[in-house]
Amino acid sequence: MSRALINVPAKARKGEVIQIRTLVQHEMETGFRPLPNGGFAPRLILRRFECIYDGETVFAADLHPAISANPYLAFRTVATTSGEMLFRWIDDRGAVREERATIEVT
Amino acid sequence: MIRRRGAALALLLALATVATRVEAQDTRRSGFMFMSPGTQAMQRDDMENPGMLAVLDGAELWAKPAGTSGRSCADCHGGGAEAMRGVAARYPAFDATRGEAIDLAGRILQCRAERQGDAPPPRESRTLLALTAFVAHRARGMPVAPDADPRMTPVVEAGRALWHKRLGQLDLSCAQCHDDNAGQKLASAPIPEAHPTGYPIYRLEWQTTGSLQRRIRGCLTGVRAEPFAYGADEYIALEAFLMERARGMEIETPGVRP
Repeated sequence: MSRALINVPAKARKGEVIQIRTLVQHEMETGFRPLPNGGFAPRLILRRFECIYDGETVFAADLHPAISANPYLAFRTVATTSGEMLFRWIDDRGAVREERATIEVT
Repeated sequence: MIRRRGAALALLLALATVATRVEAQDTRRSGFMFMSPGTQAMQRDDMENPGMLAVLDGAELWAKPAGTSGRSCADCHGGGAEAMRGVAARYPAFDATRGEAIDLAGRILQCRAERQGDAPPPRESRTLLALTAFVAHRARGMPVAPDADPRMTPVVEAGRALWHKRLGQLDLSCAQCHDDNAGQKLASAPIPEAHPTGYPIYRLEWQTTGSLQRRIRGCLTGVRAEPFAYGADEYIALEAFLMERARGMEIETPGVRP
């Protein structure tokens, strides 16, 4: 079970600066949490986030162990064309999680 | 002399009226009021509130068949927007067949085991928290309205006794912090009035959603007492008392707390 909440405005004017908000469900296990057996819980965090829109990476972020569980990322971009936005999170094991949202630009 | 006495009496009467008027005004404050504006904004906006992840997980589980019965929660209770509306506001409730009080999570476990024929998920598991959050979210904005069954009275009274009982090496009762010193600070953290209106909450310290029982365990270890086991009668009694104490306050699930 992993869930992502994406908030993209449904409509925007061409050239308008829009805000995009994302919240993804992830434990963000830091690798520093001690276990009862004396060892540490192996690290498993989301390492990278990318947003691809209109054939271009409009926003990307490298995430680190000190970032909270269920990371929330908000950013702005310029509305250029109607179509799909692709959101991608990549974790330590290389597992990729993708979400899509559409925007209508007039 | 008589006139002066009359004036004093009138003054006393006036003061008494003011006092009752102040008493009639609700001065209880949810834990929400003690938080920073940033954390409040996080709770208010469903897009930012990480507790919504559990609610949405719960919505999915609600419609998924489970156990030997092959039935989902929605098959009996309905799956529409009105299903379970306000139900969480009256829990813990008295369960007549068991002859004891049961909390919302306990009721879900009971349904899982007895009606759906599935191994019930453990307390504080993601599945149980998600289902509890989903049902409690359906009561958001509604006033806390404890179960009117008279058999709940001894449970509430047991909870009240626990609330005032000094516990642990620090020899502190719940009331000494949350009644006597609410609004003050414990180190740098504000002491809230302990109204259970947002549970299950997303606690930033936990980095996840958790139950009232987990929260109470935090306080128990804080006063260096041995916490009760999950699902213990003591938690249910305390919850019943706290819900009675918060009667009429608005349910906020999923609450966000620091």
